[in-house]
Amino acid sequence: MRDNLKIPRRKVKLKTDAADLYYGSHHALGGITFDIYERSITAIIGPSGCGKSTLLRLYNRMNDLIPGVRVEGEVYLDGVPLYDRAADVVSLRQKVGMVFQKPNVFPMSIFDNIVIGPRHQGIRKKRDLEEIARKSLEAVSLWDEVKDELKKSGLSLSPGAQQRLCIARALAVAPEVILMDESCSALDPESTMKIEELMLELAKKYTILIVTHNMEQAVRVSDMSAFMMIDERKIGRLVEYAPTSEMFSNPKDKRTEDYITGRFG
Amino acid sequence: MVLVAIIVYILIKVLPEIGWTFLSQSPSDMGRGGGILPTIVGTLLVTLLAVVIATPFGIGTAFYLAEYTRGGILTRIIRFSADSLAAIPSIVYGLFGFIFFVTQLGLGLSILSGGLTLAFMILPTLIRTAEEAILTVPQSYREVSFSLGATKWQTIIKVVFPSAMRGIVNGLILSVGRCIAETAAVVLTAGSALHMPKSVFSSVRTMAVHFYTLASEGISMPKAYGTAALLIILIFLINVVTNILVNRMAAKGR
Repeated sequence: MRDNLKIPRRKVKLKTDAADLYYGSHHALGGITFDIYERSITAIIGPSGCGKSTLLRLYNRMNDLIPGVRVEGEVYLDGVPLYDRAADVVSLRQKVGMVFQKPNVFPMSIFDNIVIGPRHQGIRKKRDLEEIARKSLEAVSLWDEVKDELKKSGLSLSPGAQQRLCIARALAVAPEVILMDESCSALDPESTMKIEELMLELAKKYTILIVTHNMEQAVRVSDMSAFMMIDERKIGRLVEYAPTSEMFSNPKDKRTEDYITGRFG
Repeated sequence: MVLVAIIVYILIKVLPEIGWTFLSQSPSDMGRGGGILPTIVGTLLVTLLAVVIATPFGIGTAFYLAEYTRGGILTRIIRFSADSLAAIPSIVYGLFGFIFFVTQLGLGLSILSGGLTLAFMILPTLIRTAEEAILTVPQSYREVSFSLGATKWQTIIKVVFPSAMRGIVNGLILSVGRCIAETAAVVLTAGSALHMPKSVFSSVRTMAVHFYTLASEGISMPKAYGTAALLIILIFLINVVTNILVNRMAAKGR
């Protein structure tokens, strides 16, 4: 656990203000209001199906890809509303990167995997792309391992290395926020440990938001924890939001206490 | 087994027949003598034209169906039409081509009419195979691409298309095979002239038509088998070459 006491004094990076989300007629998230602080790791925890991933995908508007999704309320990134009519989704996603549950390496070379984002932004010069690839791979400590085989397929790497490649790919776009949707759940303990170390390292520069089923992981890496649950109408609610050390030593809500002491979920 | 038997039977029949003369000369005496060069050229030109015309439309439609109108009523109409068209016998396309391209548009019995007709004929197959290939691209690829700040267009061009390439090429090979082997639709639109084509407005006889004519009119069975064998070899070659090309492209990724 890190020094949590300083966190609330940091700048607010993402402000969620009374956000509601509907899949068609299904009310999936209700009245979510909380602030995420800059250069910290915030863990979203809670039982399966409580809307953790949906909440995470609120911040890069990934839910928009699903037909029939409607969002009410507002989310602000550095004070700029994301769901404003004039908001540009493409530039939002360049600022808010995402790492998925499974290592989703494209069937291309390691190099092409990493620079696909920068290429979309119109960076064409080989020197610039190589520089981005090197920096991104160094950031996930994969550079020494793969620097001589950048032309090899990304799929030839081990699952743990593939997931680090995916993180490098997200970093190559130069985001400010990184969303990680259970990014270790498909990995063995050793790879998980490496990714966790990487998260702590990245949190010095980036604002990180993770969804995790693994309570120990939340305790190990996160500064702040958000506990979610569905209410009696199956609407995903934010039950408690507090510094991780506080939540796990002294939960304020009975439901949080039941969950983290393993009484359900 | 049956397939191998057919191929072996034909190849044994013809090996003495195929020689340099057979490949490089024009037929004489209605096909009893000489070679079949003009029919090879005719086959390649008609097929090439059909594929060049149909491919952009086919792949474009497939992407439209798979990426832009998923599940809409328009999709269902286009899909239903494509399925229906795929089931129509080729002679009906031939008749359509004859009425529309040959007479109505005044293109005459020509490579152009034949190519356009065959393009119509292979379009449904192209659309459906390409669409299937696009739909098998994992949704997660699209999500990742979007999450990296790609536009829809960039996602389609840089991620979905390369991943669907293999399936799309398979549909293309299938279509090429159908074009090369087609007789009914070609006789009615490209004609059956035996001379060397001078332009796309020349009438030609394709190898399949030549084979059909030689065999059904009993002109020369050895020459007919020679043509058939060459037809098989040609399709085989096209298959092998495209496979090598696609594998080489995919090798970068795998």
